[in-house]
Amino acid sequence: MAVIPVERKPLTFAERTYIPQIISGLKTTLKHMVRKPITLEYPEQRPEIPAGYRGVPTLVYDPNGREKCVSCQLCEFVCPPKAIRITPGEIPSDDPTAHVEKRPEEFKIDMLRCIYCGLCQEVCPEEAIWLQNQFSMSGYTREEMVNDKKRLYELGGTLPDAHFKWDKKKAAEEAGNGHH
Amino acid sequence: MATEYAFPDNAAKTADASQEFQTEKMSVAMGPSHPSTHGVLRLNLDLDGEIVTKCDPVLGYLHRGDEKIAENMTYNQFVPYTDRLDYLAPLANNVAYAIAVEKLANLEVPARCQAIRVICCELARISSHLLGLGAFAMDVGAWTVFMYQFTEREKLYKLFEELTGARFTTSYTRIGGVSRDMPEGWTDRVLAFCDQFLPILDEMLEMLTRNKIFTDRTVDVGIITKAEAIAYGLTGPNARGSGVTVDLRKDRPYSGYEQYEFDVPVGTKGDCYDRYLCRGEEMKQSVRIVRQAIKNMPAGDYYAKDAVRIFAPPKAKVLTSMEELINNFMIVTEGPLMPAGEVYFEAENPKGALGFFVISKGGGVPWRMKIRSPSFCNLSILPKVCQNNLLSDVVAILGSLDFVMGECDR
Repeated sequence: MAVIPVERKPLTFAERTYIPQIISGLKTTLKHMVRKPITLEYPEQRPEIPAGYRGVPTLVYDPNGREKCVSCQLCEFVCPPKAIRITPGEIPSDDPTAHVEKRPEEFKIDMLRCIYCGLCQEVCPEEAIWLQNQFSMSGYTREEMVNDKKRLYELGGTLPDAHFKWDKKKAAEEAGNGHH
Repeated sequence: MATEYAFPDNAAKTADASQEFQTEKMSVAMGPSHPSTHGVLRLNLDLDGEIVTKCDPVLGYLHRGDEKIAENMTYNQFVPYTDRLDYLAPLANNVAYAIAVEKLANLEVPARCQAIRVICCELARISSHLLGLGAFAMDVGAWTVFMYQFTEREKLYKLFEELTGARFTTSYTRIGGVSRDMPEGWTDRVLAFCDQFLPILDEMLEMLTRNKIFTDRTVDVGIITKAEAIAYGLTGPNARGSGVTVDLRKDRPYSGYEQYEFDVPVGTKGDCYDRYLCRGEEMKQSVRIVRQAIKNMPAGDYYAKDAVRIFAPPKAKVLTSMEELINNFMIVTEGPLMPAGEVYFEAENPKGALGFFVISKGGGVPWRMKIRSPSFCNLSILPKVCQNNLLSDVVAILGSLDFVMGECDR
């Protein structure tokens, strides 16, 4: 193993007079007076959020306006701080998305408990829950900090879908190739 | 015959007075909310004047019961909790935990995944040492380094954010891999960071190493001899500062550390100054490792593809294949399937050797998990090293030991 003992040089006489340090300190100060600021004036200037950022969890619609969540409750199960509460509900048979069968009746994420770990997004088999770019939340009461279904869809909006698995299933069923 | 004069002897009088008026020892509770106890450490100090005669650390103000929490959740669910151990180097904790559980499953992750993890660990080491250095310098009266290191850490956080999706609580590793591959061009940005970081690090170190005020506060203060360091089970830079050549990356290489060339800096004297010098040099060595890892970055997968019952299948497959969908549900609800057995794994974290002792009775939930946190073991020497030092030196010693209470109390 390459071991290198760290160097301990005693201070020179000049260094012991504090003078070089004072001079270099002033030099540093002067240098910083003329350089560009590195801070961000936060509420006015916003930091750039990279792709795949784990912000506030949201629910999303697919491009056809169907709510993607089918209330399988896998995110509720995996959530380490138990921030998610889902009440599953059936989709009425006269609904255009009736073939999906289930959707959440109520979907609550307690943002006072959420730790933004992103496990819900990772396990979701429908790509319905997404941690998007919003990183700050505030409220005056505890109740305000619990995001309900309406608010979650407001935050989430619509995201593109690569698979349209439910539409494919319906098409297959109508063509007589459905799995039963 | 000479006359004998009796002069009033002031010095003797003072000495007598000190015998007459016995001073009492004073007890001072330093912390738990003292700025230089770096979190919630409380020290009950007995002072004789300014000399510490007894130092009694009180721990547990940040106890969250992480070890018990681990027993109630699957292996993957515990990853976010490892962020909160040594919260200055969450990535290194993630990696240590994942390797421990993989050792239990006897699982070998692909070379690319190992290299990503090495980069993560070393960047976390730089980030942790930077803060340790800055806080130490601030404790002994130097502000500038503190501001400089936060500028550098911000750049590191930007890199972490891009890689993991979060700046602070990264939760990056999974059992059998990492949560996602490196984004496009990320390695270039890491290299660019390394290039600009070294001159700034030199500038930062120059401000302290040759600074009379700093050396006055640290040289020959809080000396830990080599024998003491071994006896008290110190690890990491604290042990190396005392001249103990222990570095798990060299002694028991994991995650492919044996491929990388780097040196282990050790101190000669074991005082606060040596520990500071070791940390400074270690950051330079970390940059070396990161550069090598990026240069030789292997192609391939970022997770163990053959471990189908451990690592959840990719999203595209979950969405299109019924078998993968079922597998996804099984891995999430049951947890990654582990054999029964016990395993202990130690990784060289920034603060020292972080160990996970996992007992499994099979299934996806650990039966018992013991966390050996380096800060806790490093603090055990505090009563010994603080004794007969000045009260103001206790601050320097605490800063040089560079502990973090999140890990200490778990």
